Amino acid sequence: MIGVLSYLVFFATTASILAIAVLGLNLQWGNTGLFNGGVVAFFGAGAYGTLILGGPPQEGMVGGFALTYPMALLGGMAVAGVMAWIVGLLTLRLRHDYLAIATFGVAVAFENLMRNAEWLAGGAKGVRGFERPFREAIGDGFLYNLVFFVAVLLILIATYVFLERLVASPFGRLLRAIREDEEAAQSLGKSPSRVRLTAFVTGSVIMGLAGGLYGTFYAFVSPQDVLPTLTFQVWAMLIVGGAGNNRGAVFGAFLIWGAWTISGWALSRFAPVEAQLYTGSVQFILIGAVIVGMLVWRPQGLLPERLIVSQQGSNPVNKRGE
Amino acid sequence: MSEVILSTNGLTKSFGAFKAVDGVSLEIQTGSITGLIGPNGAGKSTLFNLLTGVLKPDEGGVTLNGQDVSGLSSDKLFACGLGRTFQIPRPFARMSVLENVMLAPIGQIGETVAGPFLKRARMRSEEMHIRERALEVLDFVTLAPLADHPAGKISGGQMKLLELARVLMGNPAVILLDEPAAGVNPVLTETLISKIEELNRRGTTFLIIEHDMDFVMRHCDPVIALAEGKVVFQGTSEEALANPVLLDAYLGATVDD
Repeated sequence: MIGVLSYLVFFATTASILAIAVLGLNLQWGNTGLFNGGVVAFFGAGAYGTLILGGPPQEGMVGGFALTYPMALLGGMAVAGVMAWIVGLLTLRLRHDYLAIATFGVAVAFENLMRNAEWLAGGAKGVRGFERPFREAIGDGFLYNLVFFVAVLLILIATYVFLERLVASPFGRLLRAIREDEEAAQSLGKSPSRVRLTAFVTGSVIMGLAGGLYGTFYAFVSPQDVLPTLTFQVWAMLIVGGAGNNRGAVFGAFLIWGAWTISGWALSRFAPVEAQLYTGSVQFILIGAVIVGMLVWRPQGLLPERLIVSQQGSNPVNKRGE
Repeated sequence: MSEVILSTNGLTKSFGAFKAVDGVSLEIQTGSITGLIGPNGAGKSTLFNLLTGVLKPDEGGVTLNGQDVSGLSSDKLFACGLGRTFQIPRPFARMSVLENVMLAPIGQIGETVAGPFLKRARMRSEEMHIRERALEVLDFVTLAPLADHPAGKISGGQMKLLELARVLMGNPAVILLDEPAAGVNPVLTETLISKIEELNRRGTTFLIIEHDMDFVMRHCDPVIALAEGKVVFQGTSEEALANPVLLDAYLGATVDD
């Protein structure tokens, strides 16, 4: 019983962390129309940043600043934000698919940098030795995981509430206008480049937060954690859940992570032994199929974006945008 | 009445070897509804894009309200009091009609990431104010019943009215309309014209680019004609009708330099 419960807590923690990253992508893509193809770079910046800033000093490595945990986590988010700001300044003039290619390249470069920079990120063996916060007080084991899950859940809720308020505000209206038609928005006095950069940095900081929590959860991060697979998973979550809808983003994260976990288990259980070696690849194909299928048959996602209507009660015939 | 609100001085724009706009100098009088006509390829759209900051001139300048605005981008021009609509309407399709209009006021308190959290009370009262104003403007352009509809699902003519409503939120001194009658049913065209005329009586200046000669002759005065990137005529609509050069140009004949 405790085994199942323990597994559920583990599952929900990972799904919640990923949900935070999906919320960050939703701000960029769902609300603003920015095609970030390098989600994992900003997630990874948060993870590496947090562990390097909060970890103990280690021989032969820069870093190990042993900052208090909140400072380390905020620092990780700041690293993601600064990286997004630099990438943003360089690439935000690019549209859609070009921005996707550029950010994908950034993510590949980030992974390679982490894999090779032993002095900074420990190279292929990653960053180890991070002490999880309050471990001494709570101890290891199930209780710690439960407390950690509650903390992650609270952060997810806070992120959700923050974004809901943001997109319901004039700033959210501005993001949607930029997404719908930049030139028209500019003709109405708005500065598209400022708005795009702000949304890109804010969304990336949220991805950095998710990465920081992920690194904390495992007390370890390595180049294996920043592979492009994660970018595709996060995208699948957003597309299935419903771009432009924060509830859809969270729902999609749990659904896709559930499907990912179950498919992995089912493949290892039922697939022929010769196929076992390719479980990861099969899952990768499945997630690609899910993205394509959704885009073809239900591009608005399971929980589509809702049109913001006035409270004047004037005849809302069709509340759903396309 | 002879005050100039918008003028250009030797405005030139080339695309490669082709001079789309070639040394255009013109003056738009305050309080007028000026029509800009010309055959296809005369440079109307390029001139319009130069005036609205979409394109930057190679040479020459633009003056708005006595201020040099040459090369300013369209967002800055809107802040200076110049509004524009588009030939093919560009609504924010997946936003409600009301949201389309509420977007337009510039410098809103809630338009930053921190604003909605640090200045909530002020933002809310400003929002109420903007909403009220937007509903008034929508009522003016006869779109109030569609306030909650997605802007992408209204008719083309209604979209043109919506673009006018958006622009009005910025209280512009000059509004540039790009082919307002194109592809719009006659009833809505009449509505649009009556609104333009009413705004004009209240003091707004209009510059209308129109392909439809008949529309321009009936509703615009004075008239400016372009051909091959140059101004070939400036005068009243009566003079325009009597002008053989203009009619030639409009029928596509070549104009001597």
